[in-house]
Amino acid sequence: MFSSNLIKKAVHPATATPQKALVSLFELLLMKPSPPVTPPAPLPPSPVSRPAAGAAAPFAVRVDQLSLFYGAKQALFDVSLDVPERRVTAFIGPSGCGKSTLLRCFNRMNDLVDGVRTRGQVLLGGQDIFAPVVDVIELRKRVGMVFQKSNPFPKSIYENVAYGLRIAGVKNKVQLDEVVEKSLRRAALWDEAKDRLHDSALGLSGGQQQRLCIARTIAVEPEVILMDEPCSALDPIATAKIEELIQSLRQQFTIVIVTHNMQQAARCSDKTAFFYLGKLIEFADTGDIFTRPANPQTEAYVSGRFG
Amino acid sequence: MSDSHLTQSPKPTTRLLQMFRRGDCFLWMSGGALALAALMITGLLLLVIVNGATFFWPFDVTAVDRADGTKLLGQITATQAERKDGGGQIIKSAQTQFRVGNRDLYGFDFVWASTVELANFRRPADVVQIERQEYGDFLGFLQRVEESGRTVAAGAAAWEVLLAKAPGARALAVRATKLQREDIGAVNYAIQKAKLRLKAAARKAGSGAKIDPVFQAEIDAELVRLGVEYERLRAEAGALAVQAAAAQAVFTTIDGQEKKVPLAVVVRAFRPNAMTITQKIGHYLSRAGEFVVGEPRESNTEGGVFPAIFGTVMMTIIMSLVVTPFGVVAAFYLREYARQGFFVRVVRIAINNLAGVPSIVFGVFGLGFFVYFVGGGMDRLFFPDLLPTPTFGTGGILWASLTLALLTVPVVIVATEESIAAVPRGAREGSLALGASKFQTILNIVLPASVPGILTGVILAMARGAGEVAPLMITGVVKLAPEMPFDGHFPFLHLDRKFMHLGFHIYDVGFQSPNIEAAKPMVFTTTLLLIGIVILLNLTAIALRDRIRKKYKTGAF
Repeated sequence: MFSSNLIKKAVHPATATPQKALVSLFELLLMKPSPPVTPPAPLPPSPVSRPAAGAAAPFAVRVDQLSLFYGAKQALFDVSLDVPERRVTAFIGPSGCGKSTLLRCFNRMNDLVDGVRTRGQVLLGGQDIFAPVVDVIELRKRVGMVFQKSNPFPKSIYENVAYGLRIAGVKNKVQLDEVVEKSLRRAALWDEAKDRLHDSALGLSGGQQQRLCIARTIAVEPEVILMDEPCSALDPIATAKIEELIQSLRQQFTIVIVTHNMQQAARCSDKTAFFYLGKLIEFADTGDIFTRPANPQTEAYVSGRFG
Repeated sequence: MSDSHLTQSPKPTTRLLQMFRRGDCFLWMSGGALALAALMITGLLLLVIVNGATFFWPFDVTAVDRADGTKLLGQITATQAERKDGGGQIIKSAQTQFRVGNRDLYGFDFVWASTVELANFRRPADVVQIERQEYGDFLGFLQRVEESGRTVAAGAAAWEVLLAKAPGARALAVRATKLQREDIGAVNYAIQKAKLRLKAAARKAGSGAKIDPVFQAEIDAELVRLGVEYERLRAEAGALAVQAAAAQAVFTTIDGQEKKVPLAVVVRAFRPNAMTITQKIGHYLSRAGEFVVGEPRESNTEGGVFPAIFGTVMMTIIMSLVVTPFGVVAAFYLREYARQGFFVRVVRIAINNLAGVPSIVFGVFGLGFFVYFVGGGMDRLFFPDLLPTPTFGTGGILWASLTLALLTVPVVIVATEESIAAVPRGAREGSLALGASKFQTILNIVLPASVPGILTGVILAMARGAGEVAPLMITGVVKLAPEMPFDGHFPFLHLDRKFMHLGFHIYDVGFQSPNIEAAKPMVFTTTLLLIGIVILLNLTAIALRDRIRKKYKTGAF
């Protein structure tokens, strides 16, 4: 199943820069052949057939004039952007540019930091998530998050995936079993983990742990999945698997990914936002950002001249 | 050439300086400090072990002639070398200490004698040593065994007869004591209960009002029945005691006195000089066993320390059960919920300083707050009929445990706070990001991950609590507790009772007993036992902690 995706991707004109094709072919060689019994997964929608990005596309999250302050220090300056529904949106930019801060606004993880103030709005399904009526627990069930460092709980693999349901009060064993299997399958971890579901999750490898974290997140069926540099601690093979996973998940979920790896943004995102010093510099289709950026700062960054 | 440049020190004179730069001095200093600490601990343990472990060994008995024509019979327990002044003049001659026993005859257990005056050291094989129910050991030569004034055996045959008859007589005496203590005790308890019911009924009816005559008659009949029972048991116990006292052994001491020893008081009779090594080991084990499981005799200087072991362990367990949840909950509030600021910092400093308050101050607080205020209040509320006799309004194992819990709570709070702080941020955020509330995150993620650290705190608290004596002395420990805090009478667990404690036992035997010299080895033995118990409790907690830790091993985050 991975292979067919990869082939599609490798030959696709939007991603057919020579370097990109080489990387994809390399990944192809490293992939294990898929088991014959597995039915082929539906292909991701081809980028060509997608509507052109723009105001017309349905959006999952709308950021409107958002500014954020850590105490006296301003970290975000009047950011406005629409995150398209069921697409992968990448945030890129040098360290400290505010991309992770913006990501952590979407599920209000910044609440955990003392002295954070925001101005402006983040709308999820038309509702401002900073409004006092919003229950942050409900919000986080709708907006899942995968962290930079894999952080499985010191519990069994099964309990890790079932955690979100358990804390929501699900006790039905059959339902839990079902969701755990489904989530692990969607996270492409089922074959590796099915025989050791009740072993500690900490015995998994780094890449497996990160996929487990993704399985844990999708188990509660969020609308949006936030990924904060999910591959920065992984080796290239594990990274390739995660990227494959992102491709297969984009049909059901809106995905926002923060990355330092520009190839990664180019490979797996539909839209890319470039941030610099807390400001949104450019937000456009990924192909445009990497091939014909409108802003000279963006061009300088993506071509590696700074940052 | 470049090699030699590397290996050769350019300036040999600066070697000391180089050593200092490399930190060799520091290394030696820190290693030395550790070695010194290890040496002192080993020395202390060795002292305790050597003195404590030899206590039960039946050492040979020596008979000697003194210069004034008298004789001494006893175990040599100590010797002192002669002391000279600067000019070589002897100011004190060499001395030998004998444990002569027979306290009831001589009034003392030990005799110091000048070694030069002693002659004719010998070990008569037929010396009999008797460990008695009271007055300590007896040393002498067996003449005959009598039963109701009639000689049953004399001469060489008497020893076998004594060995055969002594256990039976002892068993009778033990049964008499048991009857006295348990059966008559139960009847007394029932009488007290009946009187209390009457008193409670009178209080309920109000002053001046008459008690229901049917009820009054019922209680009266009960009291009469119990009175008859009491008399019957007393007579039975008396008869048993007379029966037990019938058999006697007649001894002569080394100075020719004749002494009759009733067989009922003989705990152990043995001939130390005639024992084989196997017999000695058997004797040793038998006494060591009695020490661990037996009741104390002779104002704690003989017999066992079982009530003290039981009291120590039970108090430590109650203390742990109280201090663990209390300290953990407090630490979680401090670390997770309280707004970190000046006030919390002050609270934290106060908690740390609490660990430095002298333990006797905690004892005084426990006496004032737990015993008088809480206990007194409970008595007025729940046990008004017993007043003025206090139930909870006096020292007891519950109040002592609570006082120690208060004393050790800083240890648990500090350890728990540390372990909460060590739970990785990622685990918390992962849980919160899945829509868990803060409480769910603490309960499901933070608490399980900090359990090993919490247990470390509990281990430290237990070690501290089990060895503490001062606060216990005023909150419930007694020299001799007639009843244990856990027994067969409903409701089995009697938290209001006073109890015995090994630490206090050491103090009591070593410094408060009438016969300090004789009790000295017992102090070491008890110390050894207390150390053993603390180690055992700690090992249990450590094993538990390791099991839990294994569950979270290979923590990659």
